[in-house]
Amino acid sequence: MNRRNPPGAAGWVLIALAVIVTVLLLGAPLLVIFQQGLAKGWGAWWRVVSSGETAQAVGLTLLTMAVVVPLSGLYGLAAAWAVTKFRWAGKKWLVSLIELPYSISPIVAGVACLTLYGSSGAVGAWLLDHDIQIMFAAPGIILATLFVVSPFVAREVMPLMHLQGSDDEEAALTLGAGGLRTFVAVTLPNVKWALLYGLILCAARALGEFGAVSVVSGHIRGQTNTLPLYIDLLYHDYDNSGAFAVASLLTLLALVALVLKLLVERRAHGGFPR
Amino acid sequence: MNQGFRAGALPGLSLTLGVTVTYLGLIVLLPLAALLWRAAGLSVAEFLAAVGSPRALATYRLTAFSALLAVTFNGIVGLLLAWVLARYDFPGRRLLDALVDIPFALPTAVAGVALTAATSANGLFGPALQGLGWQVAHAQPGIVLAMAFTSLPFVVRSVQPVIEDLDLDAEEAGRVLGATDLQVVARVILPVIAPSLLAGMTLAFARCLGEFGAIIFIAGNRPFETEITALLIYIRLEEYDYAAATAIAVTVLVAAFLVMLAANGVQAWQQRWLGRNHR
Repeated sequence: MNRRNPPGAAGWVLIALAVIVTVLLLGAPLLVIFQQGLAKGWGAWWRVVSSGETAQAVGLTLLTMAVVVPLSGLYGLAAAWAVTKFRWAGKKWLVSLIELPYSISPIVAGVACLTLYGSSGAVGAWLLDHDIQIMFAAPGIILATLFVVSPFVAREVMPLMHLQGSDDEEAALTLGAGGLRTFVAVTLPNVKWALLYGLILCAARALGEFGAVSVVSGHIRGQTNTLPLYIDLLYHDYDNSGAFAVASLLTLLALVALVLKLLVERRAHGGFPR
Repeated sequence: MNQGFRAGALPGLSLTLGVTVTYLGLIVLLPLAALLWRAAGLSVAEFLAAVGSPRALATYRLTAFSALLAVTFNGIVGLLLAWVLARYDFPGRRLLDALVDIPFALPTAVAGVALTAATSANGLFGPALQGLGWQVAHAQPGIVLAMAFTSLPFVVRSVQPVIEDLDLDAEEAGRVLGATDLQVVARVILPVIAPSLLAGMTLAFARCLGEFGAIIFIAGNRPFETEITALLIYIRLEEYDYAAATAIAVTVLVAAFLVMLAANGVQAWQQRWLGRNHR
């Protein structure tokens, strides 16, 4: 049902105001990123973007995403199945715990990971004895990112699975399908768009996570920089055009995620436009 | 939903619940427990010295006050955007709708450097801001700007669906009974959307309190003046003062819980409110 009307005079004033605010507050920063990134020309932009240090940061960022996105997806699906397909006491508590990381500052998440895995923590001391490096290395960055994005898929899949109930699955089971086959052939197709939507949110956040990662990375140049950390490093080295060149690269990736999210959004939310 | 007595028919509860609890425990709860355990190991004097130092107190004041300003701004602008997007049909509406999600998509560090560049003296808005005599970058207004930027979508996305679902008949009835547009807004529309607006603003507030990446580039980061709490935690870590970092981190954690508790309260109130209005 379309309830939107052509605006009247007052409506146009409000639209104009909304457009002005959006352009100034949200559009201008985007423009600035590319303007500053290309301030020294395409050649300089390409030199920064194709440098070895950028390649290392891109590699670590992609590695993080490659681990974080599938794991968070599996966890989200498992959590949604456990919470929506069964009735049991304490469900509400579990949902609250699943959503807990939403309300935790990324810095606090980073400090929590550091206390556990850092050399002075209980687990950290054991790791040190066994010569396993987690903090200030890729595993620490991955663990911190897993923490921050953990509720993303569950949050998207749970409402849809709840809405769909269990009738389809029960029918499949009655017809003789096994549990796994029922899940793959019936449940997964039913929630695929919500799952995809959650995975996109996960990927976008893993791509851009800064606070939690900056606590656990150790900022070792050429080794433990993700793309956002590398921007930070260049920026504080007073390499403005370098920082913005990398920022523009990261922005392009983020915009790809945004477009994918918009494409999936309508289907993910039950076929109705928001 | 048919989840009642037949629920036992589906397999996989123990498997999925086991995976969920194990994963949640390892990834989220264990680090948090370690943090709380470490904080519990501090003496009361140590804890209070870290949490109650004048420098820390200055960061709480600055962070909370800036977040309050940012959320007030977003309450107004978010309501405007939600209203325009939900109510009017105009060319470019879907693009505007998509633009609202930019702060969700844009990595916070990128937002931070971009906002700083836009508002610093030689930036895009620098001359205009200087003409007005406003110092934004490397000052408190910059912190408010960064907070407003990152948390705006929370307000819009929480109010927009409620405006889309508004009962147009009630507005019509108001008008027929002789109410002016302003009276319809104040008496019919605002009461219905107020809870969702409040819920969105609370979420935005929680986000502002914890924000780090977008702020540290623009803030200037002078102790007692433009240093936010999240940064102080980071600085304590860099000084290897883990005790102080832990103590302040736990304080921030507890503050976030209280805000979310309030948010849940507001949401419950909203549900009841909507239930009452929708027969």
